[in-house]
Amino acid sequence: MIQVQNLKKSFGSLEVLKDISVNIKPQEVVVVIGPSGSGKSTFLRCINKLESFEEGHIYIDGVDIADKKTNINKVREDVGMVFQQFNLFPHKTVIENIMLSPMKVRKWSEEKARQKGMELLSKVGLGDKADVYPDSLSGGQKQRVAIARALAMEPKVMLFDEPTSALDPEMVGEVLGVMKQLAKEGMTMIVVTHEMGFAREVGDRVLFMDGGYIVEENKPKELFGNPQHERTKAFLSKIL
Amino acid sequence: MDIRFDVIQDYLPYFLQGMGLTIGLSLIGILMGSVMGLFIALGKMTRFKVIQFPFIWYINFFRGTPLFVQILLIHFGVMPIFMSPVNPIASAIVSLSLNAAAYIAEIFRAGIQSIDRGQMEAARSLGMSHVQAMRYVILPQAVKRMIPPLGNEFIVLLKDSSLAAVIAAPELMYWGRAASGATFRVWEPYLTVALIYLVLTLSLTYVLNYVERKLATE
Repeated sequence: MIQVQNLKKSFGSLEVLKDISVNIKPQEVVVVIGPSGSGKSTFLRCINKLESFEEGHIYIDGVDIADKKTNINKVREDVGMVFQQFNLFPHKTVIENIMLSPMKVRKWSEEKARQKGMELLSKVGLGDKADVYPDSLSGGQKQRVAIARALAMEPKVMLFDEPTSALDPEMVGEVLGVMKQLAKEGMTMIVVTHEMGFAREVGDRVLFMDGGYIVEENKPKELFGNPQHERTKAFLSKIL
Repeated sequence: MDIRFDVIQDYLPYFLQGMGLTIGLSLIGILMGSVMGLFIALGKMTRFKVIQFPFIWYINFFRGTPLFVQILLIHFGVMPIFMSPVNPIASAIVSLSLNAAAYIAEIFRAGIQSIDRGQMEAARSLGMSHVQAMRYVILPQAVKRMIPPLGNEFIVLLKDSSLAAVIAAPELMYWGRAASGATFRVWEPYLTVALIYLVLTLSLTYVLNYVERKLATE
């Protein structure tokens, strides 16, 4: 589904990603953990090219997004993303947020987009919020709308960039619940998070990143129960 | 000091006629300035330095030199290339539009850049092109923030259109000077003209406040 090969990325003279290679299979849920500054968010943002990168290749369904001839907009249609700060469009209602891209990019009829939107809103438990503006929603509700908005494009893979980090503690659960449900339905997911409980319970594989490398990767049980690398041990001892 | 109301009375029809042109000049100026301003702002914000360059210098020139000088240059220098004899109203429209465009471009740029980066990223992550993201996500939000400074520019433009009197475009100030010259009076014509400008700008302020309130509650 996604192949990352020797990915390197710098911000000026600061090398953020030093050499990342990883394969992600269809329907796999990969959780990326690591200390701040380890490059995990940057790694995620390279996958849909919100960040450009200097070296390496990322193949999404066989299409190399490092290739200048690749139409990145086309690739992004199939790669949903959920942000830490939600990034809902404040000038549009909840349902308009969800319908916008299916209508403008996928060229769906308004009717079809609305139907899909309402379906997704009930799925994330917000069927009654279709016509309100994002401003009137709580953080947890906003993030669930953001997930529904990404899903409306019927993506093949979903990227989650610390989706619960900006939430009040009591709202984390409702967002993780939606993500769990999504994983159960077989969505391919890459999740950058600090929620170790989620990683353990939902993840098929956990990547531990530090200093621009993937230091260790394993099944959650193995990685949390029996970390091999010193840096993994040090990190886990601090957070668990 | 005795006030000669008959001077005001005699010239009032001309003042009102001039007021019409003043309103017309500033309306066309703000409209054309907005269209060109958006274009210039987008040009200045491209990633390509070579394309940015002319737009940056357009803004530098029109903001960095007096409108008075621009009007004279355009009326006596540029316009004769295109028409003869030169119509002073046309010169005034061109000068005011070009000048306003430079200021409005900066208003657009500030408005667009004030929108959180995450909005563009979210739109792009949903598969929208840069143009689509601008059109459906960024600009609708930016325009709302641009209304107050744009209104301010409208007021400035309305007053600055009085400079067109110097090339004999028959707007309000032109008739003020004409009345003063013909009657050798100072207070009556100029105070009347000033009062008309004040009424215009205050009305405009009132309308703008209304629009702002309306947008704020939406």
